[in-house]
Amino acid sequence: MSAQANTTSGKSFLGRLQTLWSNPWGKPRFLVLFTWAYVLWSLVPVAIAVLFGFNAGRSRSTWQGFSLRWYYQDPDLSVLHDPSLREALIQSLKLAGLTMLIATPLGVALAIGLARWSGWGARPSNFLMLFPLVTPEIVMGVALFLVFVYLFGFVQLGTQAQLLGHVTFTVSYVVIIVRGRLFAVGREYEEAAMDLGASQWQAIRMVLLPMLTPAIWASLMIAFAISIDDFVITAFLMGDQSSATIPVKLYSAARAAPSPALNALASILLFASMLAITVAILVMGRYRKKEGTQGSAVEDFARLDL
Amino acid sequence: MSKIDDERGVVGERRWLWPSFALPGILWLIVLFVTPLYAILAMAMGVSDPIFGDTLPVWNPLRWNTSTFVEVLGELFTGQLGVVFLRTLVYVVVATALSLLIGYPVAYYVARHAGRYRVLLLMLIIAPFWINYLMRMLAWVNLLTTDGYVNQILMFVGALDAPREWLVGKHETVVLGLVYGYVPFLILPLFAALDRIDQRVIEAARDLGASPAQAFLRVTLPLSSQGVLAGCVIIMLPMFGDYYTATLLSGSPKTNMISKLIEQNINASSGGSTGAALTIVLMVFVGLLMTYYLYSVARATREARS
Repeated sequence: MSAQANTTSGKSFLGRLQTLWSNPWGKPRFLVLFTWAYVLWSLVPVAIAVLFGFNAGRSRSTWQGFSLRWYYQDPDLSVLHDPSLREALIQSLKLAGLTMLIATPLGVALAIGLARWSGWGARPSNFLMLFPLVTPEIVMGVALFLVFVYLFGFVQLGTQAQLLGHVTFTVSYVVIIVRGRLFAVGREYEEAAMDLGASQWQAIRMVLLPMLTPAIWASLMIAFAISIDDFVITAFLMGDQSSATIPVKLYSAARAAPSPALNALASILLFASMLAITVAILVMGRYRKKEGTQGSAVEDFARLDL
Repeated sequence: MSKIDDERGVVGERRWLWPSFALPGILWLIVLFVTPLYAILAMAMGVSDPIFGDTLPVWNPLRWNTSTFVEVLGELFTGQLGVVFLRTLVYVVVATALSLLIGYPVAYYVARHAGRYRVLLLMLIIAPFWINYLMRMLAWVNLLTTDGYVNQILMFVGALDAPREWLVGKHETVVLGLVYGYVPFLILPLFAALDRIDQRVIEAARDLGASPAQAFLRVTLPLSSQGVLAGCVIIMLPMFGDYYTATLLSGSPKTNMISKLIEQNINASSGGSTGAALTIVLMVFVGLLMTYYLYSVARATREARS
């Protein structure tokens, strides 16, 4: 059995391609083709859109050569020089950065509290934490919009309201990530520290928090990525055009005023969230290696069920 | 004497320590999640301002005015609203079914047969998660424009004689957009469910004389049914709240989904009440879906135990 598996996996890529070609409807082969076709279908349109951000001409369907015109060279229409595009980029980064810095500590504390607290309020609190994850975004958008307009009038629509909204829907993701790690490390280390004379606070600060570091890093990055990606809540809580983010800009301009600069702007967003996720995966991977855990960080992400 | 005091101290500290960790997060969610949800209710039951004509929320349940709500419910069963609601339902059901047809083979292959390509494929399948939804729609807007690649290719192979206007009120374009947008979210829970199935169970079925097809239909498929359900619910929830896909890919009232009406009403000066009432209808619908899901999960767990 294992020898057979070795010979098949040892075959050259061309050899595999040949057997595939000779009978594409063989049992696993159909699945292979189907899966790779799906992957291509899911990524090629985006790749084409990124590519046209680098188009030398104005067209988004005819390739006219490579240029960085739409990123910064064009004096009026590039992302760098068109004020509305540039401001959207800045607003996106600002919101995501601030959201990450507020939601992570809030979520880490909530996760620790919920994991350790076993009193009467723990169950309803846990339920409350999970609720935002299953609420459609439009419901949260409408809800926050109404509350800021009619009840908390002191919060301005625009950056303030958007920040509060973003933190509200990111906190639960942070809790989920940190909670996984808390269950994995258990309570033994803290209890050992306290048996050895550490106070509760010392045990938390010197034992628990260092062990949570990988999850905290992952939370920071994922909070950033979720926030920068958000469209619905951002759009509902937008005061005027000055608080438009990149997704809002994509929505309003995709049909009305499309230009390759819009593709360039979208690509920048793509690079930013890819960077955040890569950092998160690498950090998790490094910690896993240090601790000698099996499997890969990518699979962990797949199981995160975001 | 100090021993007893010490113990009391520890017990007292533990009692308050963990809830106090959770407190900031819980307060945040009460103020910025629960209160806003109540604001939707207060707005749906609101009264119109006699001077300016716009609706104001009524916070006291004893003074609620149900006329708008009743009107919306009436429209839902007989009027124009019913058409939109039915259309939303058809789009979501068709898109979910197509997503399942595409997603199941992919998840099955990656979870059970991908071998050394497993991690690579997982990364490629997770990638769309971190590509902004609107950018992915923008990619299709680029491809589907009159002189875009889709028309060019279809005309090249002779499937079309003249370029087709894909982006103006076409149902198939909206469904394509929904499938493209949400299928990755279906694949991950499916992958997790299929990955959990013990290989030995399938081997046992084969040893006992089941053909590969029988083993799949009578072992793998039933064992993955919870994943299928979870995946469908996970993509149906945001699809019901989706208004941007149809707007970007079709932009015609002929393809409006229910959430588009919510967005339009909330942003109009006098539609606040109608918008809020529609949001409640959406919440109830989504809530029923969620309850059914939780019920079936609970039932499956119970069956697995006995």
